[in-house]
Amino acid sequence: METFLLDYLPILIFLGVAIAFSVVFVGAAWFLAEQHPDSEKVSAYESGFEAFTDSRGQFDVRFYLVAILFIIFDLEVAFLFPWAVSLGDLGMFGWWSMMIFLGVLTIGFVYEWKKGALEWE
Amino acid sequence: MSLTALAFYLFASITVFSGFMVIASKNPVHSVLFLILAFFNASGLFLLLGAEFLAMLLIIIYVGAVAVLFLFVVMMLDINYTEMREGFLQYLPIGALIGLIVLVELIMVVGVWQVAPEIIGTPAVAAAPDLTNTEALGAVLYTQYIYAFQAAGIVLLIAMIGAIVLTLRTREGVKRQNISQQNRRTPQTAIEIKKVKVGEGL
Amino acid sequence: MSDVLTVLPELILAVGAMGLLMIGVFSGDKSYGLLKWLASGLFAVAFLVMIGSGAEQKLAFGGMFVTDAFALFMKSVVLTGAVFALGLSGQFMRERGIARFEYPVLVVLAVLGMMMMVSANDMLALYIGLELQSLALYVLAAFNRDKLRSTEAGLKYFVLGALSSGMMLYGISLIYGFTGSTSFAEIAAYGIGSGTNGLGLLFGLVFLISGFAFKVSAVPFHMWAPDVYEGAPTPITVFFGTAPKVAAMALFVRALIVSFPDLTQQWQQVVVFLSVASMILGAFAGLMQTNIKRLMAYSSIAHMGFALAGLATGTVDGVQGVLVYMAIYMLMTAGTFAVILGMRRKDGLTEDISDLAGLAKTRPALAAIMATLMFSLAGIPLLAGFFAKLYVFMAVVEAGMYWLAVVGFVTSTVAAVYYLRIVKLMYFDEPNENIEPLKDRGIAYVGFVTAALNSPLHLLLIWPLTLAAGLAAQSLF
Repeated sequence: METFLLDYLPILIFLGVAIAFSVVFVGAAWFLAEQHPDSEKVSAYESGFEAFTDSRGQFDVRFYLVAILFIIFDLEVAFLFPWAVSLGDLGMFGWWSMMIFLGVLTIGFVYEWKKGALEWE
Repeated sequence: MSLTALAFYLFASITVFSGFMVIASKNPVHSVLFLILAFFNASGLFLLLGAEFLAMLLIIIYVGAVAVLFLFVVMMLDINYTEMREGFLQYLPIGALIGLIVLVELIMVVGVWQVAPEIIGTPAVAAAPDLTNTEALGAVLYTQYIYAFQAAGIVLLIAMIGAIVLTLRTREGVKRQNISQQNRRTPQTAIEIKKVKVGEGL
Repeated sequence: MSDVLTVLPELILAVGAMGLLMIGVFSGDKSYGLLKWLASGLFAVAFLVMIGSGAEQKLAFGGMFVTDAFALFMKSVVLTGAVFALGLSGQFMRERGIARFEYPVLVVLAVLGMMMMVSANDMLALYIGLELQSLALYVLAAFNRDKLRSTEAGLKYFVLGALSSGMMLYGISLIYGFTGSTSFAEIAAYGIGSGTNGLGLLFGLVFLISGFAFKVSAVPFHMWAPDVYEGAPTPITVFFGTAPKVAAMALFVRALIVSFPDLTQQWQQVVVFLSVASMILGAFAGLMQTNIKRLMAYSSIAHMGFALAGLATGTVDGVQGVLVYMAIYMLMTAGTFAVILGMRRKDGLTEDISDLAGLAKTRPALAAIMATLMFSLAGIPLLAGFFAKLYVFMAVVEAGMYWLAVVGFVTSTVAAVYYLRIVKLMYFDEPNENIEPLKDRGIAYVGFVTAALNSPLHLLLIWPLTLAAGLAAQSLF
């Protein structure tokens, strides 16, 4: 248990260092720098005007479709990792098992290609 | 205190804190960012449990794809933040009640675990001790559990069909790219040569 | 190889669905009519293969999948319901401009999920079959995506369905944690467990039952049903009302009877509560409805209550009652919705119960079909619905649960009020709206067939049906 966790020790150390540094930098800017904020200084600068609208524009629903299709193929890839690692022991059965799985998703891919879901217009 | 315990408390406390901030922060975009933080720390917790593959999946799938989807959805909604917050206090009592019930249940489950650890059943598929996580999964997922695996593929197919059925719209008046048609263009169809007389416009 | 043969009907549906998808995507929405026929053909082929492979118990994939007489019976009912739903959807979908080729494909995939549910012999197979079915149904509920009602129905069904799936998954994880297995057989072999362990298992069981109760829309997990029934396009509501209910009930019965025989005492209490609450709410809330689709939703809640009463006995006779009930319920529901789809005025379809007034004078054939089905739903003697209730309540009385039988009797009398009110409207009130003649053959066929099967003619068929149900119920014990 402990032995395999040792592999991740560098990441933990890195995490600690990163947290420490960011705390130091933000903290230093907070405590050491001279700050005299007033309402004009902290307001958004937009060519001298007040901001007309919220800076956050509404996204098109097409982004959603792209994201969900991405998730589906991301999941498919996730299934490939253990398969790739242990394919040597699985033999032909394991190989064809994955090929059928990929075949099903290829059907889906053909469907979405023909439907034009991958085109942006 | 060992290093593992220290890491556990670090990850666990940040997970709980960011989980709370997901529902408490005013801006939904901040909520999503806190959710990502929660995912990262949960993945750290998985790692401490020895579930390396799950930890990495959490980062690849949840942080890499699901959180991005959430961000898109949040940006897609046209919501007024102040209006959205108004219902919060109204639903607080019932939410707190449900939370309390779940908490009690979790305590009961964990209580059982501690009272008599030996009665927790043995796992269905005992992993070989010399295998890594990913190898252990790979050894059974595609052969012993092929039925569930292929069914998962069909679930993904339905998700694909569903997403397209419900959201894909073809727009009117958009010039679409048609590669074969574009390649078939010849100088005869594309260019028109006109003699322009001197001193006259076209 | 024997594994593949065992799942051959499912395999036919899966491969067939992908084939239909490819035909559809390469020839566009004009292939809708063709795909509908092909989908019905797939169901027929799957059915024949299933019948051909016999009813003896066969396990596949390390015991995750099982076919037996019970699966054969329930799958036949599911497939019949799906064919009825497809048969009813021609004109409606075309008129609304939602005759898209994905519809038959999604129906086939949903039915695939249902067949996997019926044959599930492992918590993992159970969950994945359920999700396969539900995901396709969520999309179908919102199929008319430009209609607010339809998208609302889809969203409501999805959010509540996801919640119930979560609860069920939590229950499954508890059961797995305490018994150490997801296989039904091994969970059954584990038995009650001792002390705190049994308590944990019980917690898991209750969560599991909550998830099932949602899928069969039993009170208190019924709140999605009226809105989804009303909001979804009517042919899809037919589908919702028939096949998934049957599949979910099959899952409910198999999971409880096969994997928790030692906990019968405990789950009986929960199922009795679900049954009584559903019967009461379905009967009383139905009285106030003016929209016939909502009425059918409450009617189905009440009927699920009756069917659960059979399960609550935990005996072979009770399970046989559930099976007979679900088969007859499917016929009654499909037929009633056929009539609802036939309620067409000049300005389109109507869903108001009051528009049925005087139907006997304007459209006597439609009124006769509707009246037969209403009498059957009410459980009037000599009609099929009566025998459905009779078998369940005989089992309930035999198990000594007299008060459950009394509640069932009282609520079915109350529920009869709203069915008989429709008959009264049709035969004794003056017509205020002219219902147009039927143009869609599918509606006429389904209406006629189901009405004939529910009429006293069914006395010829009830004997083989109960015999088959008896054999199917036997195979679980």
